[in-house]
Amino acid sequence: MATETARVHADGAGSGHLQPEDRVWLLREMLLMRGIEERAMSLYRQGRIPGSFYDGYGQEAVSAGAAFAMAPQDRLCILHRDLAAHLIRGVTPARILSQYMGRAAGVTRGRDGNVHFGDRALGCVGMVSMLPDMMLVATGMAMAFRLRGERRCALTWFGDGSTSRGDFHEAMNWAGVQRLPVVFVLENNQYAYSTPIDKQFAVDPVQRAAAYGFVGVTVDGNDVEAVFEATREARERAISGGGPTLIEAVTMRMHGHAAHDDMKYVPKEQVQEWRRRDPVERQERRLRDLGIDVDALREQVTAEIDAATEEALAGPMPAAEDALEGVFCTGEAEPLGDGLAPWSGFRREQGVS
Amino acid sequence: MAVMTYLQAISSALRDELRADPRVLLMGEDIGVFGGAFKVTDGFATEFGPDRVMDTPLAESAIIGCAIGAAVVGMRPICEMQFADFISCGFDQLVNVAGRMHYRQELAVPIVVRLPSGGGFSGGPFHSQNPEALFMHSPGIKVVAPSTAADAKGLLHAAIHDPNPVCFMEHKHLYRRVKGEVPGGIYETPFTARIARPGSDLVVIAYGAMVDVALEATEDLDGASVEVLDLRSLVPLDEAAILDSVARCSKVVIVDEANMTCAAGAQVAALIAHRGFEDLDGPIVRVATPDVPIPFSPPLERAVLPGLERVREACRELLSY
Repeated sequence: MATETARVHADGAGSGHLQPEDRVWLLREMLLMRGIEERAMSLYRQGRIPGSFYDGYGQEAVSAGAAFAMAPQDRLCILHRDLAAHLIRGVTPARILSQYMGRAAGVTRGRDGNVHFGDRALGCVGMVSMLPDMMLVATGMAMAFRLRGERRCALTWFGDGSTSRGDFHEAMNWAGVQRLPVVFVLENNQYAYSTPIDKQFAVDPVQRAAAYGFVGVTVDGNDVEAVFEATREARERAISGGGPTLIEAVTMRMHGHAAHDDMKYVPKEQVQEWRRRDPVERQERRLRDLGIDVDALREQVTAEIDAATEEALAGPMPAAEDALEGVFCTGEAEPLGDGLAPWSGFRREQGVS
Repeated sequence: MAVMTYLQAISSALRDELRADPRVLLMGEDIGVFGGAFKVTDGFATEFGPDRVMDTPLAESAIIGCAIGAAVVGMRPICEMQFADFISCGFDQLVNVAGRMHYRQELAVPIVVRLPSGGGFSGGPFHSQNPEALFMHSPGIKVVAPSTAADAKGLLHAAIHDPNPVCFMEHKHLYRRVKGEVPGGIYETPFTARIARPGSDLVVIAYGAMVDVALEATEDLDGASVEVLDLRSLVPLDEAAILDSVARCSKVVIVDEANMTCAAGAQVAALIAHRGFEDLDGPIVRVATPDVPIPFSPPLERAVLPGLERVREACRELLSY
């Protein structure tokens, strides 16, 4: 059983499994994520978003790259700084902004806070605040796929702080024992709220994968194509019976834990250093080198967000009496549906079959 | 109809479901090769194989978390906690993930968590608990607690067919002590209360192992006509049946084996105080385990668990009010 810690380098050349259209798609989703979150932050400051607001500025490559490697029939448990995953699966910007504002048209119809959502029709389950509970849910999905002999996998994201909790161990152990088709993406953004990683673990958690009997891979979390490539390989391993993979995507949380947090506890030099590695700019450079009009793409994305903001603001708030509805399911239990999977590799697979 | 013990009725329900529905799978510690700590799944691994009667790692959070994951992709997992006490280790997954899922995301979580509960056999503080009220206080989780063999099977079938998370409180002390006629095949017992014995002078409201205690304690109570209402389901709580019994009997004793504070019976008492007040002809009396851990040594355990004498005494006192 392979238990070595591998390292994926995909800088410069990028992934060999992506067509130009895929690269544009990836950048588009990252720009959408950044643009929607910037818009949301200003809506928050205007008092239009209740509670607080959490964003993934600087981490766009992690959710975009990993979700892009997932097939329609795969299932995702999405964390709060992973907006691009929702976008890739097919959630519209207007529904996301409605969700942030607690409106009736939001994914949870106002039931849960801004980043806690998953569209079940698109094969996604939203997180809970107890981290990393969803590692076990993804493990259970993978268990069902294995029991039924299906070529599918489950993927979940979680942070560096999550590696300290028992559910991390329980999920890694269970997935290893049963050799399940699950991909664990550890989003190491250096801080769990204000706690730096040197107060979180003594050994880089990617090394723990070997102890559970499966592969651990470290990847540059600010390179969307490297994240894609690592996840694509992990998915291949999973669906061909090779067991789970732990991918550690090394990145940086460039904003505070949430809107209220000025993150004074982060050294300025650290932020400056990571600013030079901005994942969006990096993918933009790749595309400019391919002769793609990135400025036009940016304009399209901004126009899309403007329209989505207008639509979301025009939508109603939920009716107060809705608060008591839906605690229990009163009909048939509907399992998760299939999501979008825009990677051209899946279209080619379908063309062949 | 076959005569079965309470334990055999539970086994029978599980076996029937495994045979009828390929989505059903059992998950738990030592339930496969060993057949379970109480032998509820004895022989199952041979008939259904190790994938459907799964020996899991010793990890309750994982058992429930993985069951949730399997359920949302179309399976019907039934988890066994080896002892109900161990649900504390899976509390977070059950309460925060399973219980909140449908409200937040309209995603149903059809899982059953079997909880062998209760004391009376020197199990001590960690093998005797009755944690049902914790889950009554957590929206999104149903809680049922059979007292007879027929209801054990019927409620378990209904729990497995239910699209929501259901805690199935199976009382260990009833496993081999309670026997009764059990219908054949798959049938559902509704999540409603049942009049275990009709009466008109006083009603004892109980569930689980306390139903038998209530019946025996009041069988011959100075000629009084004592009703016993078996709740069977705590979530949903059959409020109409409770208020009906109160209206007929006017005097109420509520018995919990669980610790007194915020127990299921406290909710029943609050309901009656609010909506049955005009029908009452005396104070609402509660009998429960005092707020102490369940001790190991027999005289200590007997001193805290509600027994025949305490129930009888409470009823006598209220009848003479």
